[in-house]
Amino acid sequence: MKVIAAMSGGVDSAVAAARAVEAGHEVIGVHLALSSNPQKYRSGARGCCTIEDSHDARRAADVIGIPFYIWDMAEEFHEGVVENFLSEYAAGRTPNPCLRCNEKIKFAAVLDRARALGFDAVVTGHYAQMRETDLGRTMHRAEDPLKDQSYVLAVLNKTQLDGAIFPLGDTHKEEVRKEAKRRGLYVANKPDSHDICFVPSGNNASWLHDRLGTETGPIVDEDGTKLGEHQGAYTYTIGQRRGLNLTVPAEGGVPRYVLKIEPVTNTVVVGVKESLAVTGIVGEKAIWCGPAPESATQYRGFSQVRAHGSPLACTYSTDGESITVALDEPLFGLATGQGLVIYDGDRVVGSATISATL
Amino acid sequence: MSSYFDHAATTPMSKAAIDALNNQISQLGNASSLHTQGRSVRKAVEEARESIARIAGASPSEIVFTGSGTEANNLAIKGFYWKRLGEDSARNVIVISAFEHHAILDPVEWLEEHEGAHVIQVPVTRDGIVDLEALKDIVDHNRAKIAVIAIMHSNNEIGTIQPIKEVVEIAGDIPVHTDAVQSFGKVDFNFDQLSATSATLSAHKVGGPLGVAALILRRGIDVTPILHGGGQERDIRSGTLNAPAIVSFAAAAEDADLHRIQRYSELRAMRRYLIDSIRAVLPDIWVNGDVEPSLPGIANITFPGTESDGLLLLLDAEGIASSTGSACSAGVPRPSHVLLAMGLSERDARSSLRFSLGASNTRSEIDHVASVIESVVDRARAALARQ
Repeated sequence: MKVIAAMSGGVDSAVAAARAVEAGHEVIGVHLALSSNPQKYRSGARGCCTIEDSHDARRAADVIGIPFYIWDMAEEFHEGVVENFLSEYAAGRTPNPCLRCNEKIKFAAVLDRARALGFDAVVTGHYAQMRETDLGRTMHRAEDPLKDQSYVLAVLNKTQLDGAIFPLGDTHKEEVRKEAKRRGLYVANKPDSHDICFVPSGNNASWLHDRLGTETGPIVDEDGTKLGEHQGAYTYTIGQRRGLNLTVPAEGGVPRYVLKIEPVTNTVVVGVKESLAVTGIVGEKAIWCGPAPESATQYRGFSQVRAHGSPLACTYSTDGESITVALDEPLFGLATGQGLVIYDGDRVVGSATISATL
Repeated sequence: MSSYFDHAATTPMSKAAIDALNNQISQLGNASSLHTQGRSVRKAVEEARESIARIAGASPSEIVFTGSGTEANNLAIKGFYWKRLGEDSARNVIVISAFEHHAILDPVEWLEEHEGAHVIQVPVTRDGIVDLEALKDIVDHNRAKIAVIAIMHSNNEIGTIQPIKEVVEIAGDIPVHTDAVQSFGKVDFNFDQLSATSATLSAHKVGGPLGVAALILRRGIDVTPILHGGGQERDIRSGTLNAPAIVSFAAAAEDADLHRIQRYSELRAMRRYLIDSIRAVLPDIWVNGDVEPSLPGIANITFPGTESDGLLLLLDAEGIASSTGSACSAGVPRPSHVLLAMGLSERDARSSLRFSLGASNTRSEIDHVASVIESVVDRARAALARQ
């Protein structure tokens, strides 16, 4: 096949590209420029938006022996990921920008462009496995449970996944680093990127403050009694315990958690842990990574609500548009806006954006 | 089949230049040393200087060797600015054309940000010629405040040759610098006849080696140096002379000069053949800056409805090397500031590709381009339409 290897400048995408070459594909390396001003979103060499990273990607392509180009996706990234991140926070939800980036950039804008230019697929260094099963080509968790990225890929529909190749899904990260070294890729020991690539120093709250402004509002308990003040409701997340700075002490010293964020009134509601308990989840904009489940049928499976969260045993059903989940055990603290991903064993069934918790 | 159409970026070294480089690189000696070996290397450098001066219509003492064209342009721009501002603190205006190379634009921008310069850009016409009426207006209104005027001799992206003689007449006693990197050895370029104050030449654009260039600086005129040290090159550019590269530069210049008129007509005909061959399959293309006089081998073509980086990728995969204009430091393609200055829309500027031909190109290479260009453009159009 003729494929585009998306190369971030990190070790994973470099090894993925090298493996794609070995698998016999005709590979062209592409680095995505996600900011029109490379230093705009972040400085230092940790993220995916720096001059150093594009040089690292170029050098890796040289070593592997493939052509290399830079594609300007700054506009798409800003509109599809950064603005979405801001508007979701402003609306009191907690978005996951990596999900949006996979959905709107890597496997939409890039894959579309690649297909139009005559390529068949996009290769990335994500840790997930595509397998041929009785259900067709389906996506499964990676071999390395610590690196498994099937959660952030669950926003891809069947058509997108048909154009996706993940050569690292069957390998542990430490093996990938060894392999990079063996292949002479000097990014072999480059640290993993963490945090959100466009937020400098990983400090979400101050980044949001700079962009959404500071607006003092009340922190109240479940009865509406004011317990303190905050500088912007959007910097809180459901289930948060630290950094509340409450002026009224809790009765009996019982810890208090963020229960609710009300963007319209700029109010943060706090309360005891029990009030955070969630047993039901509703997600909208369902996406199926393989065959769609039948409507109005109850299925047993697992829900995952965070990138590195545990799978939670559940019963789920769908009407085609939304997914409704009943958890076996309550979950404490769940923000709307996050991704709900449904698994059948290690197979990814699909995903939805959490719109309500029960 | 591999076809190189990016000779304006760099062009193969001529055999004469390779031989000269190989010969000189084994010679021991620092051209500044006083002993026999030093004098021997100095002799080779001075002969090279005389040769380049003769071809460029300058006198040998006017040639200041530098490490790159960018360095020569920086030396002229910053050197004139600091020198003339030092003489008269009101002289902080720099006048440049709107489509100068980044080796002029960026030092000028830097002086504006850090050294209090005020920059005035002279507009260019849709055909890619600097607007002399506008220049005259600017000079008339700012004469006493202008430190330096810089207008390129020929544009590197579209090839049009600029009326430098007329610019010098308008400038009067204001120094005029001209970046002649693309012109030297390819079209008639005579420093003395132009009466410019300084000009930049570069070896690797005429079949010489990388890493050597020259600033021609009129006799009796000084600029503030950027590099201080051993006092080489009239105390204007310190640094041990790169004798092998300088000797090779001269050999390349001699070779280019010897064949210049013949190559000009060959390349001009080859360029026309390329344009006609592409137009035969894609009638809606147009050529930017398609006027006389121009550099012989540059064809800047707009392929409406495409993204030029998609075109470049697909042509590269067919073994055809072309260019999209400039990229930022991280390598992100930018719409050409040259084409924007000429009045093209950002969309059309992003759909344009430069083919620059050199002596090595053949008609069969152009036939190869013509045979694949339609399918390449179709795919590039589909890619843009999907966005």
